[in-house]
Amino acid sequence: MTLADLAKGESRKVLSVRGEDVVTRRLMEMGVVPGVAIRMVKSAPFGDPLEINVRGYSLALRRNEAESVVLEKVATNE
Amino acid sequence: MNENQSKRHLTVALAGNPNAGKTTLFNSLTGLNQKVANYPGVTVERKEGVWNLGEDTATLIDLPGLYSLDATSLDEQIARDVITGKVEGVPRPDVIVSVVDATNLERNLYLATQLFEYGIPVVIALTMIDVFEKRKHDIDIEKLSESLGVPVIPVNAKAERGKSELAEKVLASVGTPGRIPYELNGGGPDGDTAKIFARYNFISTAVQESVRHNDKREHRISEKIDRVLTHRVFGLAILILILLTVFQAIFSWATLPMDLLEQGFGALGDGVRTILPEGILADLVVDGVIAGVGGVLVFLPQILLLFLFISILEDTGYLARAAFLLDKLMSRVGLHGKAFLPLMSSFACAIPGIMATRTIENRRDRFATIMIAPFMSCSARLPVYTLMIGAFFAGQTIFGFISLGAVLMLAMYALGIIVALVVAFILKRTLLKAPPPPFIMELPPYRMPSLRTVFQNMLTRAWLFVKRAGTVILAISIILWALMYFPRTEPTRSSAMQTELSASTGSDKGDPAVELPLPDGEQLRNSFAGRLGHLIEPVIRPLGFDWKIGVALIASFAAREVLVSTLSIIYNVGKDENEQSETLISAIRNARDDNGRLVWTPLTALTLMVFFVLAMQCMSTVAIVRRETNSWLWTLFMVGYMTGLAYLAAFFTYQGGKLLGFS
Repeated sequence: MTLADLAKGESRKVLSVRGEDVVTRRLMEMGVVPGVAIRMVKSAPFGDPLEINVRGYSLALRRNEAESVVLEKVATNE
Repeated sequence: MNENQSKRHLTVALAGNPNAGKTTLFNSLTGLNQKVANYPGVTVERKEGVWNLGEDTATLIDLPGLYSLDATSLDEQIARDVITGKVEGVPRPDVIVSVVDATNLERNLYLATQLFEYGIPVVIALTMIDVFEKRKHDIDIEKLSESLGVPVIPVNAKAERGKSELAEKVLASVGTPGRIPYELNGGGPDGDTAKIFARYNFISTAVQESVRHNDKREHRISEKIDRVLTHRVFGLAILILILLTVFQAIFSWATLPMDLLEQGFGALGDGVRTILPEGILADLVVDGVIAGVGGVLVFLPQILLLFLFISILEDTGYLARAAFLLDKLMSRVGLHGKAFLPLMSSFACAIPGIMATRTIENRRDRFATIMIAPFMSCSARLPVYTLMIGAFFAGQTIFGFISLGAVLMLAMYALGIIVALVVAFILKRTLLKAPPPPFIMELPPYRMPSLRTVFQNMLTRAWLFVKRAGTVILAISIILWALMYFPRTEPTRSSAMQTELSASTGSDKGDPAVELPLPDGEQLRNSFAGRLGHLIEPVIRPLGFDWKIGVALIASFAAREVLVSTLSIIYNVGKDENEQSETLISAIRNARDDNGRLVWTPLTALTLMVFFVLAMQCMSTVAIVRRETNSWLWTLFMVGYMTGLAYLAAFFTYQGGKLLGFS
């Protein structure tokens, strides 16, 4: 399951961030690294981009960018 | 202690994430003692100020807001160059003050840890501590400082808290770089990501040791506000409402100061005429310099207002939401969500619009936005549309109740937008081809904007406009003036033409050597510009234009609205007529070419409007594009392709119209 599939309001921990490109690096620099919990806040009016909460702040990213973030199988309680 | 030690002058760099409170701290530390310039060859703002550290002083360099130092964006590259001492004229910093937002500790500390790796002493200034404490969070500053291995000083720029302690720690840390407090097991194929992981692991531990969240489910005020502002339906409605308000304000509030400025420059010109002896110098100063530069500075009120709104929207955090709402639409043609604001601004004037593209990090995205911004119908096109509609389509209706003029006006705006989107779509697949850039963007918490920051932002940007546009505009104004002023028409040579054209209008600006005063139109017809008009006539004939319109087109390269005054001069109705002038309108309606046929028809007027929607006729925009892209090639490309498109569109309008039986 990737971040793009995370339901609104649900939280999960990051298992890995796939790829070796600019997107991967940018995501990790913004704090999306393995082990960190992510909560899905909402998606924009046209379904894309997404708003997530990570390390206590709001981050917007496109759906296809969210697909490179693999999440753990179990949901976490915040 | 010797003289040298007691009065040191240091270089201190201020680094921090966007929205971390860096600008407020910078203002508070340097007061009004600051200057803004650009880094050599790029458009990244270089802000410096003098920070008084008691006995010693420091040059405080405000680095651009950054999330990391990995040099993927221009800002990051510049920041890294400053820190490594690679920028000419900027000494390598003695100390780096890392601005860290306490309410967003982990991500803010990421940049701080990167700074540790450069062998320069780092002092952390912890901002937003009051907000943090209000949320019933508890932070053990000493413990945090110990874990990080650098001094951490809570500051509140507004309340002057921590300023002297910050100065103290900066002075004390000179020459004592810390060590990197974690293992950088770099190298190998995923060296980069391994480093990022190592930094964040270190940060998580340090924060866990020193921060206690009393209230686990904290009040997420911004998320609550966003339930409305980025709502599926209300969000878009509110966005449209905000844009309409800004738009309306730019048009209506700016009218009065614009009129005043116009009158002011007119009065200034008249004043100069009374001081200077009549002749070429007075003509150059009044008609060339004052009229040319004045014609551009008239737009300053609109630019100030627009920048005021942008600053407010930016500082409150709304701008990021607007990009969030619109990214899906913009990305369909390959543009970034952030491109909407520059494009919207360009409806007022392309210059502030193009300057506003600086918020777009990716160079290709930014260039694509710059290349299409001038297609948005700016306020300078309005006089042209008004004149043409007033002369040929006034009072006509469709189905008896829809004003044809209003429909045409709307059609012109729509044409610009559609062509812009198509061009963006093509550019992003050809010349500016690149994988879609990451959208990954912080949605900063909503905050009350600081009045001082807002006004300072507005004034800085407006001043850059004046300074940048000023030099080039001055040069081109003088060239255009000379083209219309030389060669001087001798009374003997022109007498035949004068009788033909009933030289009724006297002129106050004849050459003193010439006995008979000449009408302005006469001079213009025989000038280099007039000859150029004749020269390009074969080219513009297929558009239905004669050489007189050609002269007006050449003159309106300076600025589109110049068309109105040039037509007034060329049709001898006096150069002070405006676009609603009945005299000018009837002169245009009745103008005949050398064969006695009417020059203007509704189709000609429509063709001219289409040409004005698409052509690059604004020297100020050209100057700004040159500055912002730092490339003559791109600037010339823009002038070339826009004018080429304009010609083609005008050609098809005129010839197509004729085929369909319109005249």
